[in-house]
Order: sequence, then structure tokens, then C-alpha cells
Amino acid sequence: MKAEVSSVSCDALVGEVARIKVEGYRFVTLSCAETDGNSVSILYHFDRDLALKHLRLSALKDKPIPSISPVYFAAFLVENEIQDLFGITFKGLVVDYKRTLYLEEEVKRTPFCTDTAVQTPAAEKTANPGPVET
Amino acid sequence: MLKTVIPFGPQHPVFPEPLHLKLVVEDEVITEVVPALGFVHRGLENLVHLRDFQQMIQVVERVCGICSMMHAMCFCQGIEDLMRIEVPPRSKLLRVIWSELHRIHSHLLWLGLFADSFGFESLFMQFWKIREKVLDINEATTGNRVIVSVNVVGGVRRDLSAEQMKWMLSNLAWAEDEILRLETTLLSDYTVQKRTIGKGVLPREKAFELGAVGPTARASGIAQDMRMLGYSALDQLDFEPVVETDGDCYARSRVRFHEVIQSIRLIRQAISKITEGEIRIKVKGRPEGETFSRIEQPRGELIYYIKANGTKNLDRLRIRTPTFANIPALLGMLPGMWLSDVPVVVLSIDPCISCTER
Repeated sequence: MKAEVSSVSCDALVGEVARIKVEGYRFVTLSCAETDGNSVSILYHFDRDLALKHLRLSALKDKPIPSISPVYFAAFLVENEIQDLFGITFKGLVVDYKRTLYLEEEVKRTPFCTDTAVQTPAAEKTANPGPVET
Repeated sequence: MLKTVIPFGPQHPVFPEPLHLKLVVEDEVITEVVPALGFVHRGLENLVHLRDFQQMIQVVERVCGICSMMHAMCFCQGIEDLMRIEVPPRSKLLRVIWSELHRIHSHLLWLGLFADSFGFESLFMQFWKIREKVLDINEATTGNRVIVSVNVVGGVRRDLSAEQMKWMLSNLAWAEDEILRLETTLLSDYTVQKRTIGKGVLPREKAFELGAVGPTARASGIAQDMRMLGYSALDQLDFEPVVETDGDCYARSRVRFHEVIQSIRLIRQAISKITEGEIRIKVKGRPEGETFSRIEQPRGELIYYIKANGTKNLDRLRIRTPTFANIPALLGMLPGMWLSDVPVVVLSIDPCISCTER
């Protein structure tokens, strides 16, 4: 990426984000990607005068991540989305849908993680559309 | 005062798509709003594991019909960045032309729906009559009225002849005259002003704090438009964002109205600068690395985060659409509003649930 990317730890995350806010950056979004079966990489994107700044957080899936929504309220929606899709927990969310932003309460799967079976195109053709696995 | 919770949506006459708002009201004044999404979430981003990066163009075009061209353009721009591809100058200008045509028909669609939200149906019909002409241009130049499918990695798949450009300009001149004819009705009519001025006010500081984008941010005095980045051929064109300062529904409609005229002028500039040449280059190899591609959709900043691993399938595609960014801003506009103003205020951010629930 043609922009500044700095690594940040879970402990330093909220403090670093608060400092970025004081510097006058707008919160843009978060991008989460699975790195392996147990961990994810989350990019925090900020913008000031059309110049981007990114923070990269590497985290374990089963360890709660501090929410930045108390600093930037706008982050609550994307943090809830990541909770739904990747099964990660954000601690201190200002509005916590508890994994029901997109999913139904009974769904336990994490749709964007590899531990949920992904159908191949060949399997799609023959797949029997049975009840949704929960 | 007794608090009442009123569900607004997911099925409501002003919503073309399902969005649910839980409105907490005292008397008939909104005190709190909680949004609920997920009625039509499709998980399209995860299709990167099943479709290769070339096939994904057809997928992202279907995230949303109204701005399908912009989705494909943003995606192709990201892949071209990863593969270090410089697209031909002619294709850059062609992308600007079709993307601005998309902005025009999207804004005209919104202006019509907005008029309809406060019961001004004849104004709705007038805006949609003009929009038909823009869709005719899309159909004549690409074969489709809405999902134009012109983008490929390395350029565009269709060209415009000199006759087509001349015909397009004459149709846009007609559209500009017709739009300007409606300016007084939209912006000076007593009823329109009564329903929009001072409604859903989002001050500049609040808009910034809540991460507002696009016309919603610009109507609150934030001069932020991704076209200022100069992507595609926009760096060759004269461009200044349209900015208003009142931050209410009226200011948001003023911004969109003037952006329609601005887009017509950008197309004229692009056509005047277009030169003969290739429209696409042959692409070899596969993308590797990560990138962050941004463009200005009709509703605001569109972002594609792409992570590729050198195979035909991408590792991760994340799409941040403008409506997703404007929902927190909407939550900041509604408290203090009368219940009867909710449809107008909600429509004023031009919500696109197809984009949000990609």
C-alpha cells in the first residue's frame, strides 16, 4: 500500500487511535483478514486531507480486542460486522449486537473463516440445499 | 415523558430496500435510534475463494446496480495497482465518462425519490424523465442501461466513436437544460423548503466525528471528494467539490443537484481531451500484495481493500461502501426530529442497502 502502515499491539491500540484522532484524522474503516486458523490481521484506516494512515493489529481469534468505538463512535458498525463474520470479540463496544448484526442468534459459524467449509464450484452444482448448519 | 419504541422498516413506502430503525420517541419527537441490518446480506466478498480475480469483476458489478460501474472501476483500479499496470490514457477518460454518467443517473434517481418522500410526485416524474435519457445513453454506448460492464483489468472493453460522443453531448445538453429548468422548483418551492430546511441537521464537527462521506459530508461543509485524488483521468480535468454549509436535508439536495450539472461538465471536458489510442492492454500474471483503492461513488467514498497471494484467487476482498459509513451520521441526524420527518431525513443520505449488505 502506498501509505504509512504501523504495527500496533492490543494494549497500545486505543491510546494510539486516540492520538490519531487528536491529530485530526477521520476514521475510515477497518479491514480484517484471516492470517491462519487461529489469528487475524486487522487494519485500521484513517484519513487526513486525502492522505491515509493505517495501523495493523495482529490478534488471536479467541482473545478479545479492545474496541475503538468509545474513541470513534463510527467504528461500532464495522467492529460488529467483524464480530459476525470472523467470530472475534471486541471489548467495550458502545453498541454491541453480540453477533446478530447480520446473523441470526442461533448461528455459531464464522462465515469468513476457513474453519467454515467453503463450497467449491463443483460441489455447488451437486450440493443438496439442506438446512443451514448452525 | 413516556417513551415509545416505534419500528421503522424494514418494509416502508420510502425504502426501496430493507433497513430497520428502532425509533425511541417521546411524544412524537425522536430521542434515540438503533439501526438493524442483515435482511439481505449476501457475503459477496467471500466469493473471492470461488471466483478468480477476473471473474470477480462481474461479482462486484452486482454489489449494487445503481453504481455498478464504480464498483468495477474501483476493483480494477486496485488490481491494476497490485500488478503495476498502467492503463491506456483513452481508457482512463472513457472510465471517467461512464462513471460520471452513473453519478448523473444515480443523483437523478435520488432527486426523484426525495421529491416523492414528501409527496411531490410530479417533480419525481420530471427527474426520472431526464434520467431515462441518461439510461438511453448507457444503452446506446454499452448495450446495457444500468449494469454497463465496461471495466476490465487493464482498461475498458468498449470504445466510443466520434459520432457516439457527438450524440452523447447533444443528449446531455438537452438533459442539462431540463435539469436547470427544475432548479427553481426543487430549490425555491415553499413546500420543498418547508420539508427540508433545518431538518436532519448535521454540523460540520459532528459529520467529521461520525465519519460521514460523500454529499452528506459535503453538505455539512467538509470539502472531501475522492475525485480530488485525481484517479483515472480526473487529474487532467478541472474539478472542485460542491460544498454547502447548512448540513440539513435542503443542503444535501442542493449538493446533489449541483453535482449533476458538474458531472455533465466533467463529461464534456473528458470528451474534449480524448485522443485516439488503445482502450485496454493485455494483462499477464497474477496480483500479489495488498492495496487500498478509493473512488467517489454517487453516495460517497467507496473503498476496496484487496489482499492477493499471487494465485488466481484473492486472499481477501473488503468493500466499504458509502452508506455503511453514513449510517452513524444518520444516527446523529435523527434525534430531535419529529416522527413525520424521519422518511425525509433517512432518504437524505441516499441509503443504498444493496451496497451496505454486499
